[in-house]
Amino acid sequence: MPLRLTRKLLPHPLLSTLLVIVWCLLINDLSLGTVVFGAILGLLIPISTAAYWPDRPKITRPWRLVSYMLLVIWDIMVANVQVAMIVLFKRNDDMAPNWVLIPLDLRSPEAITLLAGTITLTPGTVSTDLSADGRALLVHALDAADPEAVRDDIKTRYERRLKEIFE
Amino acid sequence: MTDIPFLIDILVATLLIIGATFTLIGSYGLLKLDQPMKRLHAPTKASTLGVGSLLLASMIHAFASGESSLHELLVMAFLFVTAPISGNFIAKVHLHRQRGGKELPAPPAEDGWATYSEK
Repeated sequence: MPLRLTRKLLPHPLLSTLLVIVWCLLINDLSLGTVVFGAILGLLIPISTAAYWPDRPKITRPWRLVSYMLLVIWDIMVANVQVAMIVLFKRNDDMAPNWVLIPLDLRSPEAITLLAGTITLTPGTVSTDLSADGRALLVHALDAADPEAVRDDIKTRYERRLKEIFE
Repeated sequence: MTDIPFLIDILVATLLIIGATFTLIGSYGLLKLDQPMKRLHAPTKASTLGVGSLLLASMIHAFASGESSLHELLVMAFLFVTAPISGNFIAKVHLHRQRGGKELPAPPAEDGWATYSEK
């Protein structure tokens, strides 16, 4: 019974935390008043929107999400330099732009969205489309002579970690 | 301006130059690359590392001059959340213009890609 009550009052604990943090950042202040008002917003907004987000993913290990974000930020920096080199020093005819097909093991829409966003943010690859049944992702790579290598890289580096977080 | 330590001044200047360089390379790529899908790669670079290090410079400068501000973190977070969406929309427009072309690999299922789906 207490668990059910907590679930009703706090349908998305992570979303509530995020709302408090964003509120404090917006006000740019960490006084008691700000935190309390942020907490009120963090309580009310998830409750009033819970009905519109029924099958929310259960994230059991939030710290993994943090380490995933750090990994992605690091990859963004490395890949940025690589793509800058390609843009600056490689002739257009020497590039091998390619479509890469990524069969998905992920099923939750939130996880697929995160994966697609990661692929677009790491330069050199842009996620373009999802197959109609949601089981494959179409990715465009700027310079990939070997599409299979790109596919395996994305699958082992990002998808496996997202699978651990969301499932 | 004078009360900022010399080292932090250098750090901020370096970050500004890095950010400006990457934004410039992004714009140059937009000019140089010759296919629509290849062109899409250039601006995604400018908006991640370029704007990221410009914002970092702004944040360090704000802290050094005593008016601590973390708004830049929010700007970065919202930018990183929204940038893939605009990129995806441009890519989708490209797919629609290619409709019927044989450039795309076929998806494993029979339904085809979601952009072309009639449902």
